[in-house]
Amino acid sequence: MERYYQPEIECASREQIKAWQDQRLVKQVRHVWENVPYYRKKMEEKGLTPDDIKSSDDLHKLPFITKADLREAYPYGLVAKPLKECVRIQSTSGTTGKRVVAFYTQHDIDLWEDCCARAIMAAGGTDEDVCQVSYGYGLFTGGPGLNGGSHKVGCLTIPTSSGNTERQIMFIQDLRATILCCTPSYAAYIGETMKEMGLTPDQIPLKAGIFGAEAWSEEMRQDIQNTLGIKAYDIYGLTELSGPGVSFECSAQTGMHVNEDHFIAEIIDPDTGEVLPEGAQGELVFTSITKEAFPLLRYRTRDICTLTREKCSCGRTHVKMSKPRGRTDDMLIIRGVNVFPSQIETVLLNHGYAANYQIIVDRVKNTDTLDVQVEMTPEMFTDNMGEISRRQKELVDGLRSMLGLAAKVTLVAPKSIVRSEGKAVRVIDKRKI
Amino acid sequence: MSIKQISVFLENKPGSLYAMTGVLAQNQIDMRAFSLAETSDFGIARIIVDDVYKTTTVLKDAGFVNSVTPVLGVAIPDVPGGLCKVLQVLTNAKVNVEYMYAFLGGKTVDHAYMIFRVEDNVIASAVLAEQGIKVVEQEEIDKL
Repeated sequence: MERYYQPEIECASREQIKAWQDQRLVKQVRHVWENVPYYRKKMEEKGLTPDDIKSSDDLHKLPFITKADLREAYPYGLVAKPLKECVRIQSTSGTTGKRVVAFYTQHDIDLWEDCCARAIMAAGGTDEDVCQVSYGYGLFTGGPGLNGGSHKVGCLTIPTSSGNTERQIMFIQDLRATILCCTPSYAAYIGETMKEMGLTPDQIPLKAGIFGAEAWSEEMRQDIQNTLGIKAYDIYGLTELSGPGVSFECSAQTGMHVNEDHFIAEIIDPDTGEVLPEGAQGELVFTSITKEAFPLLRYRTRDICTLTREKCSCGRTHVKMSKPRGRTDDMLIIRGVNVFPSQIETVLLNHGYAANYQIIVDRVKNTDTLDVQVEMTPEMFTDNMGEISRRQKELVDGLRSMLGLAAKVTLVAPKSIVRSEGKAVRVIDKRKI
Repeated sequence: MSIKQISVFLENKPGSLYAMTGVLAQNQIDMRAFSLAETSDFGIARIIVDDVYKTTTVLKDAGFVNSVTPVLGVAIPDVPGGLCKVLQVLTNAKVNVEYMYAFLGGKTVDHAYMIFRVEDNVIASAVLAEQGIKVVEQEEIDKL
């Protein structure tokens, strides 16, 4: 039996959804026009006033917002509410080490948690469930978002956060957790560890998992489902828009329903910016129509996917997006963390290394690995092994503090990094996703 | 009071040591001593050669990062306790040995040579000389 958190919204007619979007978009455009000079300027540059946006049919007239805008407006430039009305920030890494900081009013958090609650109930969750949230808590949106959603559903929530796999398994077993929320690679790792401990799927109390924040393949879904004996659901989101729960999978497992009462999704041609018809593959663009503190109009996600409004067997009427099939920029998602090659380059240069490096990303036993290969230079070389190892460790620490991620650093011989057409290939992504 | 050692950065993978010795062979460079330190992904080859300038040049041209470090060469009698006596002197003088390696002098001499990497070559050679231990010069090595 399909469960809904807000059935009247999730299964509303397309006309009703359009009516919500029309009304909320018009209101949102006026809100940013009046409160965010940055937006007003961008609109004025296109000769627009709020009166030009009469319904969601006029959305395409609005200028795009990109990560570059977020960086330029950092930290307060896009905040649309007085700070005294904001109660929280969450943050994710930006392109050049400058972080993206998103602001929330209490109302924003409330709606975000509703979105997460919809995802948990779509995965079969009820107030009888024990929901273990093994996403990181803190600046990362994964933990706080699913934690809030789990509360709203009424699940007994176990806020384990990420890491300490032994303890994760102890709680799953001892407190009989039925729903697991984490990145798919961490779910796979927990599954592998339980298997090594001799646990068979029928001995594991889990029945469902809500896994997101990184790309995962259908094969990986099958692996996780088989090892843990669960049904694995995808969830999608961006800190810029709120966090997880922008869209989520239902029992059909054929795409993620976008919460269209809060976000309008468009697919555009990444080169021309032109809106593409339903079913076409292109860059996903979102407009948040209910966010108060940090509203984004036509935010370019850089994720490549498709949208479909075909009737879904789950009964939900909201548009479905496919799993992202790639990116239009060079951002990597490693163990759920956004990584830009430029961030790694910044760390290398700060530590006195030359910009001769290569980033090798792989997935070993369903866990992402990041290996930064750096060419040794005469300046960095000494006959003292301990000294070289010490500098290597400093670099590892520097990368961890910049990326929030453990990376391996390998020192390689000069000129050993292959240069094609004189330009080094910076990233080798060996993951099969 | 010191000998010039060349340290060469090598990746810890098949063929990298071969490639380096190939460069030396092609350029008719004679190695007096050789030592290798390694981690799982890289290593440092430390060599004493007959022509320091030529060696660093040809290695650099071949793309090998290298550096020259002054190290101490000590002649050690080829008898039991020979090394122990030297280390006792250094220990008493609180000289820390970062690393060391040995090589034989060949058929014409009755002692072995030990290469020491210490913090201060001057202090170390002074304390050794006081105890009558022979610290060798670059010329002696070159003549071997």
